[in-house]
Amino acid sequence: MTTDTDRRTLLKGAAAIGAVAAGAQLLPGTARYAQAQSSAPIKVGFQVHRTGIGAAYGRWYDRTTKAAASLINEAGGINGRPVEIVAEDDGTDPKRGAEVIEKFANLHECDVAFGTLFSHVVIGSAPRAGELKLPYFVVSEGHHVASGMLNRWTLQPGITDVRSQIQSMAPWISDNLGKKVTMVYPDFAFGHDHRKYFTEAIERLGGEVLEHIAIPPSETSFFKYLPKIPRETEVLYHVMVGPGVLTFVKEMGEYFGDSGPEIFGFIDSLEAVDIASPGLEFLEGSHFWEGYPRYAGEDQSEHDAFYRAAVGVDDNGASLSDPKDVSTYAHMFGCWETLHILKAGMEAADYRGPQDRQALIEAVEAMDVFPESRAHPQGSKLFNGRTHQAFGHQHISRVEGGRLVPVHRTSIFDTVYEDQTDYTKTSF
Amino acid sequence: MDILQYLPFDLPHPALLLAGVLEGTVLAAVLALTALGLSLVFGIMRVVNVAHGEFYMLGAVLAWFVTTWVASVTGGPPWLGFAVALVVAPVVVGAIAAAADWLVLKRLDYDPEATIVATIGLLYIIQQLALTFYGPDARPVVAPFDFRVQTPYFGYSGYKLVVVGAAIVLMLAVWLVLTRTRIGLVMRATQYDRETAQAFGIPVDTVYAGVFALGAGLAAIGAVLIVPIQQAHYLMGGDPLLLSFIVVILGGLGSLKGTLVAAVFIGLSDGLISTLYEPTLAKILATLLVAMVLVFRPQGLFGARAA
Amino acid sequence: MTRSILLHGLVLAALVALEPVLSEYHHGNLARIMVLAVYAVGYNMLFGYTGLLSLGHAMFFAAGMYGCALLVRLAEWGVGPAFAAGVVCALAAGVVVGFLALRTIGVGFMIVTLMFAEAAHLGILYYNDYTRGDEGFTIPQAIRTVAGLDLSDTTTRYFAALALFAAALIASAAVVQSRTGRVLVAIRENEDRVRMLGFDPFRYKLFALVFSATMAGAAGAAYAVLFGYAGASFAEVQYSILPLLWVLLGGPGTTLGPLLGTVLMFYLIDYASGTIMPGLAALVEAQTGIAAPGLASAWLLMVGLALVLLVLFAPRGLLGVVRARMVPWLP
Repeated sequence: MTTDTDRRTLLKGAAAIGAVAAGAQLLPGTARYAQAQSSAPIKVGFQVHRTGIGAAYGRWYDRTTKAAASLINEAGGINGRPVEIVAEDDGTDPKRGAEVIEKFANLHECDVAFGTLFSHVVIGSAPRAGELKLPYFVVSEGHHVASGMLNRWTLQPGITDVRSQIQSMAPWISDNLGKKVTMVYPDFAFGHDHRKYFTEAIERLGGEVLEHIAIPPSETSFFKYLPKIPRETEVLYHVMVGPGVLTFVKEMGEYFGDSGPEIFGFIDSLEAVDIASPGLEFLEGSHFWEGYPRYAGEDQSEHDAFYRAAVGVDDNGASLSDPKDVSTYAHMFGCWETLHILKAGMEAADYRGPQDRQALIEAVEAMDVFPESRAHPQGSKLFNGRTHQAFGHQHISRVEGGRLVPVHRTSIFDTVYEDQTDYTKTSF
Repeated sequence: MDILQYLPFDLPHPALLLAGVLEGTVLAAVLALTALGLSLVFGIMRVVNVAHGEFYMLGAVLAWFVTTWVASVTGGPPWLGFAVALVVAPVVVGAIAAAADWLVLKRLDYDPEATIVATIGLLYIIQQLALTFYGPDARPVVAPFDFRVQTPYFGYSGYKLVVVGAAIVLMLAVWLVLTRTRIGLVMRATQYDRETAQAFGIPVDTVYAGVFALGAGLAAIGAVLIVPIQQAHYLMGGDPLLLSFIVVILGGLGSLKGTLVAAVFIGLSDGLISTLYEPTLAKILATLLVAMVLVFRPQGLFGARAA
Repeated sequence: MTRSILLHGLVLAALVALEPVLSEYHHGNLARIMVLAVYAVGYNMLFGYTGLLSLGHAMFFAAGMYGCALLVRLAEWGVGPAFAAGVVCALAAGVVVGFLALRTIGVGFMIVTLMFAEAAHLGILYYNDYTRGDEGFTIPQAIRTVAGLDLSDTTTRYFAALALFAAALIASAAVVQSRTGRVLVAIRENEDRVRMLGFDPFRYKLFALVFSATMAGAAGAAYAVLFGYAGASFAEVQYSILPLLWVLLGGPGTTLGPLLGTVLMFYLIDYASGTIMPGLAALVEAQTGIAAPGLASAWLLMVGLALVLLVLFAPRGLLGVVRARMVPWLP
């Protein structure tokens, strides 16, 4: 974590270009500055996983959100009003999540709710947000929003969803690693999303999935499942999560030794974990999906440099104050980008208070492009107002010398799929 | 690439079975290590210590702190920090447990229901402290030594086999203490009849505090041994707690032999069943199997009727 | 007896009277609390009165929740019939589990119920194609109506929750003051003596367990239809421990203890998980240089301390203390 002084110095330097940044993130034609009617803060209810299994992510979501809010406030806030982040722990639990939504709407009188990561908390909370007519901006990468399961009040504009991530990986895997794949994933719903969408995508490309190995969630050892991997396997595709991931990788290393199939994983497995940790040597040469490359490479954009410094992350994706404190870099940018979209949406809707919540949703639904900028350091995105879901570039990196080195960046069009719903046709 | 070179077998079954037996044995050792302390506390004090898993977690977290600290101060090899952790973790955790006994459990007069509630409270408190001062990340502890054993089908961690050996040694040691020493005699007398033991001048309070500390210390030793094959994480206490309870009940109240047999039974049934079915289905079947054994043999495999 | 009817009537009347005066926030909370208190009332029948400590009641809550929600999701049942079906599912689960688990006693019973619940939880994850596993699924607001009443409307929801709670409370008070209830308490105090008196303890224990499971299921099904979500987290072990905590806090073996315990625990967690602690975290960081992000939400610590203090100073729960010291007739 950067110290406050560091951050403040940085932000002061940035303040001069604040107006430019603010301008850049607005869509052409929608930009307009409203005179502040009131200087009361705009309250953003932040559902944060401080306890429970999501706590490692929650900590970084918290830091990113604070950094984005300070930046927005340094540049004049939203419609001239400062942003106040009202953080509540949801315990990474859907029941508590719904209660927290209630607290935001009715106790803290927040203007919007924001920031949830874990899918089950989103799905548990969204019905209540819909009933309360509280705009709910999630940063979850789940497919729940675009699947049509949720409601008009729930949007995911700042991070791509798992379906588009998966389908955009298949062509590269099939071209570069192999067409005979074995999948290892936890027996969770998102594991089943991987099973469904990757299997479909690789089959369309003439490949096949030889075996699906779903690991029970409470498992602490994985070795006994490894002999289920068929010998013809060319690519081992893994999406393990939780504290057991290091064990999984270590046991793969012991099992295969020096030889083995190509390995492709989702970085979700190793978010907040140092790739150079003891036991992860086996990953050398393997590939990962990354939502946003953790290590700053030679072709680092100025936007990434700015974002990294503002949040307090070094070039290796770890905290500036503690190199062992590794961030959840592939996901947490979603908080930053979502807050900037919120700002753009509120300014477009000339948001004054809760009576304008519907106008805010409509303003965000009307957005279609988020150009790469300080507000969108991960890259340009397309936003589909009908499905409330953003689409963006995905990255593939290779582990080299205990670092993740980007080797491929997909086009946004690799990630797009047909609409499964049209929220704009549903009532408020 | 030549796909045949990395798995030199035709049918997966022998490999699966071997993996199942190996992993089942390691799980049995892990269970025995975590259940040993619980078995003592439950057997002698009749206290259901719900915080046992948290003592285990504290042991693992301390192992991380100690090994990291030793490595940064001395720059020594991994086994040095590990050896220090093997001493420090059980002592610290045992001291915390003794304090909990003195502050809370003793005042409850070891009432079975009240101690369950109190130890649930301790569980929450310890988790919060670990989350606050250790953080939410899973962190690895390097094994003191490691070597890869090549089986006909695949490689296997040599350190895991060492854990199996350590579990056997530790169980033997506890058994010897209980049956061959004066301390063990005092413990067994207290277990057999608390009032009579007190009448014969045995300081029951001290014995209880000692047993509670010993139980927690054993959990911590188990954790230090196991943490190189898992990771230290603030929520890691849950699964060992459930499994150790199952082992202790299945083995029969206060029976070390029963604890060992139950650990082997559960470890191997989990290891082997999971190779035969879809993994989650296998877990369900293994869980129901053990539950049914308890239903139809409520007194456990050995020992007195659990009450 | 009359005093008891009066007391329960007063409590229910107070819940009715609170409806129009509560702030929107507490109104919403109380609706949730009443649903959860139904779960606690059921748990209390088994634990508080009969003395059987189950660590697997989440499976009954989940049986009600999924029995109801899956019929809505997959078979397009209306939420009314689906609610009834959910309750029946929980009742059936209670019968099956009761026949097996009641062969054990004490810690064995805890462990066996725990393992059945674990198997049920894994089952929900395994049949992901139907249940969506851990993520769960929503029941759309538009179809959450019974007889033209919109259950997502706050007032309707409040009264629906209150009706369910009233039914649970009255049923539980009736059982407790009946002969059956006295046999249950006698089993808790001394099962052998009950057997010697010619009663079959198994039948009574089975009744208590099925009653308890049915209440848990009703709460689970009500949660699904009133709040529009079903998910596997409700089948996890922590949801078996929660009703135990609520009952212990309020007073095991008192009819109103479950409600009191649920209210207090809800607000304790609500308070402790909020924005009050960042100040403390910042203070700790400023004073010691140790970043203590976990302190920002200290609900685990608060709940833990509450339990330890409770058991040290009010081991029979709050209403248990009231009964022992002041109101000996408290049911």
